[in-house]
Amino acid sequence: MSILQLAWRNIIKNPLNLLMSIILFGLGVGLISFLLLFNHQLKDKFDKNLAEIDLVVGAKGSPLQMILCNMYHVDNPTGNIPIKNAAPLLKDLHPLIKKAIPLSLGDNFKTYRIVGTNHDFPALYEAKLNEGKLWAKDFEVTIGKSVAEETGLKLGDKFVSSHGFNADDHAHDEQSFVVVGILEGTGAVVDQLILTNTASIWLVHAGHGDEAEDNASEDNHNHEAEGHEGHAHEEQAQTEDNHEHGDSHQHDNSNADLLHHQDQEITSVLIQYKSRTNFQALNFGRNINENTEMQAASPAIEINRLYNMIGVGTEALRWLAILIAMVSALSIFISLFKSMRARKYELAIIRVLGAGRIKVFMLIILEGLILAIIGFLIGTALSHIGMELVAKYLKADFRYSFTGWKFLDEEWWVLGVSLILGIIASIIPAIQAANTDINKTLSQK
Amino acid sequence: MIATKDVKYKYPGSTPIVFPDIQCKANDILLILGTSGVGKTTLLHLLGGILSVQQGSVIIGDRELNKLSGAATDQFRGQNIGIIFQQNHFVDALNVIENVMLAQSLAGKTTDKKAAQSLLERLNIGHKANQHIKDLSHGEKQRVAIARAIINQPKVILADEPTSALDDINCDEVLKLLKEQAKAAGSALVIVTHDTRLKDNITNHVILHSS
Repeated sequence: MSILQLAWRNIIKNPLNLLMSIILFGLGVGLISFLLLFNHQLKDKFDKNLAEIDLVVGAKGSPLQMILCNMYHVDNPTGNIPIKNAAPLLKDLHPLIKKAIPLSLGDNFKTYRIVGTNHDFPALYEAKLNEGKLWAKDFEVTIGKSVAEETGLKLGDKFVSSHGFNADDHAHDEQSFVVVGILEGTGAVVDQLILTNTASIWLVHAGHGDEAEDNASEDNHNHEAEGHEGHAHEEQAQTEDNHEHGDSHQHDNSNADLLHHQDQEITSVLIQYKSRTNFQALNFGRNINENTEMQAASPAIEINRLYNMIGVGTEALRWLAILIAMVSALSIFISLFKSMRARKYELAIIRVLGAGRIKVFMLIILEGLILAIIGFLIGTALSHIGMELVAKYLKADFRYSFTGWKFLDEEWWVLGVSLILGIIASIIPAIQAANTDINKTLSQK
Repeated sequence: MIATKDVKYKYPGSTPIVFPDIQCKANDILLILGTSGVGKTTLLHLLGGILSVQQGSVIIGDRELNKLSGAATDQFRGQNIGIIFQQNHFVDALNVIENVMLAQSLAGKTTDKKAAQSLLERLNIGHKANQHIKDLSHGEKQRVAIARAIINQPKVILADEPTSALDDINCDEVLKLLKEQAKAAGSALVIVTHDTRLKDNITNHVILHSS
C-alpha cells in the first residue's frame, strides 16, 4: 500500500465530493486544449493553402471574400472579370509575374467545386497524380482525393455539374464531365476540388449543348478573325472559340489560349511574383486597385486580418478557459482542505504508523495531482471529441477536413500546467497536514 | 525493553508534570494507573514518540527516543512501537485487512497479506477482513486496532484505556487478548488506564499521582 495507492483510494472513496472540481477542471482544460487544436488546424489549413500565392486579382468587392473564395473555396465569388481586363496579367512576358493562374468558378458536383484552371494550379499545392492523368480536353476533369472518396467518382465516370455551391440547383445536364485523373491527398484545398480547363466552364455556362455539332459547319473561321470579332458579340465568341479548336475539340490549357478569348470571363487570377521584395511588386496590387476595374488583394494580409478578427473571440475564450481553470483549482483546493480537516485523525494515525511529515505532505500533493490528471484527461477527451464534432460540421459546410484525432505537442504543455495547478491547489492543505500536531489531535477525545 | 528516566513534561502555562521512572521488559506487562488529568495520555504519547521528550529520557530497545530526529522518530515508532488508542481511528478508504497492511507498508516493511489475514484470524475477525471499518462493532474495531499495533511485532505495545469502556466480561477478554498477543509478538506491553479492575490481573504497576 504505497502513498500513491492510498491517495488514489482516498479519491475514489468519495468521488461525488470531488466531481464538481474535476468537471470544472476538465472544462477549463478542455476549452484551452480545444482552442489550441482548432487554431492549430485552422492556421495549418490557411498556411497550406497560401501556396506561395502573392496576389489574387478578381472582381471588385470584399477583398477578404475574394481571398476566401478563390484561395480557400469557402465563399462565393465577388464576380467575374473579362479576360481582356486580365490580359496583361496572363501574358507570359510580364516582368513581375512568375506565374499567373486563371480560375473560373461557378459550378459544382455534389457541392464539390469545379474549377476551370491550368496545370499550374495543382502544382501550386504539389499535388501529384494518384491515378490517370491531368485534364487535357474540354470536359475532362482531374479530381482531388476527398472528392474521389466522398462522391465515389472513379476514373472514366461521367457526371453533370450544377450551378453555384448548392448541389440542388438546376443541373447543367447538357454536358457531362468525365474523370480522367485522381490526385493524391495534399491536405490542402485542392483535395476537395474538381479541376478542368477554363473553356469547360464557359461551355457549361453557355449552355449550348449543340455547339459541338455546330462547330463542324463553322470551321472556316480563322484564328485571326476570332480575335477581332470576338469582343463585339459574346455569343459569337463562344461559337468561334469552339470552332477554332473544333477539329480536336480541345483547348490547350495555356494562358495564351485564354488570350484568344478576350470577351470570355474568368473569376480570378492567382499570381506569384518573380521577386516578392521587388519595389514594383509591392505597388503592383495597389496599381490594379486604383487603375483598373479589377481588385487585387494579398492573401497573407487578408488572412492576417481574418486572424485578428477571429483572434478577439479566441482571446476572450482563452481568458474564459483560464478563469475556469483557476476556479477549478480553487475548488480542488477547497475540497482537499475540507477533506484534510475531516481526515485529521486518519492523517495522525498515518503518522503514528510510521509515515513522516514528508510522506503526509506527499499524500495530499498526490491527491491534488491525481485530480489534476483526471481533469486533464477529461478535458483532453472533451476537446478532441468537440474538435471531431466541429470537424464534421465544418466538413459538411465547407468541405474542409479538420480532425479531432490529431494530438499536438502543445498538449504536453497543457498537461504540465494542469499538474502545476494541481500542486498549487494542494500545497496549502499538504503543508497543513504535514504540520499537524499529532499529539494534540490524538489527545482530543 | 522500554525504560524511562527522570521524564518531565511541561505544557505552556502550566506546572511541569514529573513522571516516575518506569521499566518493562519483553514479554512483561506494566500497568500505569492514574486518575483523569494526571498526564496518563501525555506519558503514553511520550513513550510512543508522539510527543517529544523535553527532559529526561525514554529508551526503547537500545535507542534513546529523544535523540532521534522527527522523521527518524516516525520511522522508529512505525517499526518498534504499536499503539492502541482509546478511540481508534482508521483510514476510511481502506478495508479491514488493508488497514492492517498499511501499518506494514508505512513501517517500511513489505506488505504480507497472509500474515495480516492469519493475525486477523487469531483475533477472531478473519471473516471481517474485507469489510469496511465503519461496518464493524466497537469490539471488532478494537481488535483491528490490536492487529494493526502488533502486525510488525513491535518491541513495545502501548495501550491507552483499552478496557475502560467495557463491561467486566469484555474487560477480561480484551486483557486476555492483549496479553496473548503481546506474548506472541514477544513485546513489552504497557497499559495506561484509570480502570482499577486491571490491578488484580497485573501485578506490575505504577501509579501516577497529580503533582
